[in-house]
Amino acid sequence: MAVVFQKPKSLTDAVLHYCPGCTHGIIHRLVAEVIDELGIEGKTIGVAPVGCSVMAYNYFTVDFVQAAHGRAPAVATGVKRSDPENIVFTYQGDGDLAAIGTAETVHAAARRENITVIFVNNAIYGMTGGQMAPTTLPGQVTQTSPYGRDTASVGFPVKVCEMLQNVDGAAYLERVAVNNVKNIRNAKKAIKKAFQNQIDGKGFSLVEVLSTCPTNWGMSPEKALTWLEDNMIPYYPLGVYKDITAEEEAE
Amino acid sequence: MATVNMLFAGFGGQGILFAGKFLAYKGLIEGKQVSWLPSYGPEMRGGTANCSVILSDTPIGSPIVDKPDVLIAMNLPSLDKYENAVVPGGKIFVDSTLIGRKVERTDVEVYYVPASGLANEKNLRTLANMIITGKVISAVPEIGSDNLEAALNKVISARHQDMLGYNLDALKLGAQQ
Amino acid sequence: MSDMVLMKGNEAIAEAAIKAGCRHYFGYPITPQTEVAAYMAKRMPKIGGTFLQAESKVAAINMVIGVASTGKRVMTSSSSPGISLKSEGISYLAGCDLPALIVNVQRGGPGLGGIQPSQSDYWQAVKGGSHGDFRNIVLAPASVQEMASLTVKGFELADKYRMVSMILADGTMGQMMEPVSLDLESTYTAEKPWAVTGTKGGRQHNIVNSLFLQPEELEKKVFERYERYALVEKNEVMYEEYLMDDAEISVVAFGITSRVAKNAINVAREKGMKVGLIRPITLWPFPKDVLLKAADKCKAFISVEMNMGQMIEDVELAIKCRKPVYLCSRTGGMIPSPEEVLAKIEEVNEKEA
Repeated sequence: MAVVFQKPKSLTDAVLHYCPGCTHGIIHRLVAEVIDELGIEGKTIGVAPVGCSVMAYNYFTVDFVQAAHGRAPAVATGVKRSDPENIVFTYQGDGDLAAIGTAETVHAAARRENITVIFVNNAIYGMTGGQMAPTTLPGQVTQTSPYGRDTASVGFPVKVCEMLQNVDGAAYLERVAVNNVKNIRNAKKAIKKAFQNQIDGKGFSLVEVLSTCPTNWGMSPEKALTWLEDNMIPYYPLGVYKDITAEEEAE
Repeated sequence: MATVNMLFAGFGGQGILFAGKFLAYKGLIEGKQVSWLPSYGPEMRGGTANCSVILSDTPIGSPIVDKPDVLIAMNLPSLDKYENAVVPGGKIFVDSTLIGRKVERTDVEVYYVPASGLANEKNLRTLANMIITGKVISAVPEIGSDNLEAALNKVISARHQDMLGYNLDALKLGAQQ
Repeated sequence: MSDMVLMKGNEAIAEAAIKAGCRHYFGYPITPQTEVAAYMAKRMPKIGGTFLQAESKVAAINMVIGVASTGKRVMTSSSSPGISLKSEGISYLAGCDLPALIVNVQRGGPGLGGIQPSQSDYWQAVKGGSHGDFRNIVLAPASVQEMASLTVKGFELADKYRMVSMILADGTMGQMMEPVSLDLESTYTAEKPWAVTGTKGGRQHNIVNSLFLQPEELEKKVFERYERYALVEKNEVMYEEYLMDDAEISVVAFGITSRVAKNAINVAREKGMKVGLIRPITLWPFPKDVLLKAADKCKAFISVEMNMGQMIEDVELAIKCRKPVYLCSRTGGMIPSPEEVLAKIEEVNEKEA
C-alpha cells in the first residue's frame, strides 16, 4: 500500500503542547516539510523564542537554541556567523518579535543577516494567558485591554512587514495566513522561499504568518479561523512586501 | 636611577600623549620598567590632556603620578593645576611661548623653553611637544639620551615615517635651549 | 625584552583573545573600553574572524550566546552600565552552561555614573549579578601583562567548567600602557559534544536551553552546576602575597588599588611597620583559605577598594570575623592615593598596637 501522507522527518514524535485548534502545529509542520524537501535537516539550527513556541526545540529533530525573550535574531546572528554553511532560523511570536525584540528584528534585517525568520502573528500574548500584543487589533478585547484596544491611550498595532519594507537590508518579506487550505499552501511556498533564500545567500527573509489563538480569543477553533479572515487579514493584508530576487530579475 | 615620575600636561592636540609614549618606549628599549597612563574621556577633545609616565629600575606600583619628579606644562591651566604637586627638588619644564607667568615655587628647578614659538619659527609646527621633550632629556640625566631614533620608530606609525627626521630635529633643538 | 611591546590594557585583552583562538567578538561602544572593539574591528577581518558592532549591549551578549552555543570561543566587552544591560544574557549563559568571556572595564556608578575608573561592580561580578542561582569566574588583572594572560586563562576556565569568565578591570587598567609579552597561547581545549553544529544526520539533536519547567529537574540542574562550582573553588583560586611572611597587618586589594597599596606598604615598611598585601587574582573563587590563615597571625586587615566597601564583606566572611577589618576607599571614579592608604595603615597600626 502506498504511503500518501506521513509525518515530516524533521518533526520528532513528541506530542505538541499547543491548545486544541492552535495553528502553531500547522506552521511547525510547514517548516518541517520545507526542511525535509530542501534536504537541510542535518545542517539546520533553530532558535526558539519565549512565548507559546518556547519549546519548539522539542518538536524539531534539528539542533536548537532557546533564546531570551526577543533576542532570537541576535542569537541566530551568532549561530550563523559561527558557521555560515549552516541554515539558521528563528521561530518567534508577536510579543517576542514585535515588542521586546523589535530592535533585534530591525537590526538583523538592516544587516541583511542571512537568516530565516518565521514570525507567528496571532494578535495576542498566548503563553501568559491572553494579554494585549503589539499586533492586537484596535478595539480587540484582551486581558490587559479589557475594554478593547483603545488607540488613543495605547496606540496602534505594529505592522511588521510594512515596517521592515523600508529597511534596505531586508531581502524578502511576505505575509501569509494559515486559516484555510489555499492560504496554507501559499504559506508553505513563502516559507520554502525564505529558506531557499538563505541557501542562496540572499539574506534576511521573514515570513509573517497570521495565526489563530482560539483559547485566548475565547472562540471555537472554527470561529477563530473566520475571525482571522474577517478581522486580521483586512488590517494585515497578505502578500509579498519585499523580494530583492524579484526586483533583481525585473531590472 | 631609581624611579622618575613624570607628568606631561597641556591641551588636547599638543601631542602630550605622544611625547609620553615616546619616553615610555625609550625606557622599554633600555630594559627599564615603564608605565604610561593617559587622562581619558571627553576632556581629550580640545580640553586638557595629561599623561603619567614612570621609568624605573624596579617594578612599578601605582601608575598614577600625582607627585611628579618632572612636570612638563604646555599650557597655563596645567601649570596652575600641577605646580604645587611637584616634589621638592623636582623639575618643571614650561612652554614659555604659551605660559606668560613664572613658576612661583623656589624649591624646584625650572626650565623655560619657548617650544611653541620655536616650532613655528623653525618650521617644526606640531612638534613643540618634542622640542620641550628634547630639553627634558638633556636636563634629566636619569632619562639618558640614547635610543632616540629607535624609540621614535616605535611611536611613529608607518604612514608618518617621513616625520621621523623632523622629530629628531625637534629633540635636538630642544636640547640646545 | 625584545619581545615586549607597549600596549594599552584594552588592546592587550583583544590581542590575547585572538591568541587564545577567539574569532568572534560582539560589542557596542562605551568608555573606557572602546579600544577592545576598535582593535577587534581592525584585526578580525584579517584573520577570517567576526567583529560585529551590535545594535545594543543586549544584542551583543545574545550574539555571544549564539556563537557559544556552537562551541566556539567568543567574547564581548563593555563597561559598567553596559554590563548591567548584558546581565540578562549572563544569566542565560549560566542557565545554558555556555562558556564565554566577558570583560568589564569598570567606571563609576550607579546609573550612567562617570567614566573614571572604579571597582564598584564588585558585588555585581562576584555574586552573579543577574537572576538565578549561579556563579561567574571573576579574574582581576593588576597589570597589562595580566590583562593579556588572564584573558587566555579566562577562555580556558570557561571551557573547562562551562561557565562565564569575567575579566573585572577598570578604566586605569584598560587605558594604561605597560610592556607586555604577547607570547601567549592556549593549550587547553575542551570537547563540546553538546554544541549545536547541525546533527549532520548522525546524532540526536542537541538543545541549548535554560528552561526546565519541572522543579525537580531544574533543582537537579542547579545541583550539578554547583558541583562544578565546588571544583572551581577547589582548583582555581589565584592570589598574590606580598611581604606577608611577617606581616601583622594585611592589606587586601585587587586590580589597580593593589598597586597603590604596594606603594603605601613599601613606605610603611621603611617606617618599620609590618604590613603585607594579599591580592586576590580570582575574585570568585575568593582566596578564602589564605585569608583565614593570615587571620591567625595578623592583628588586622585593611580592605582597599574603589567603592564604598564591597569586597570587605568577603574578607570578613573569609576570616570569619576573627580580626577587625578596616576599609580604605574612594569612589565615584576617584583613586585612593598611596598617602591615603599609608595613613590608614598608620591609623590601624596605632589602634591595634
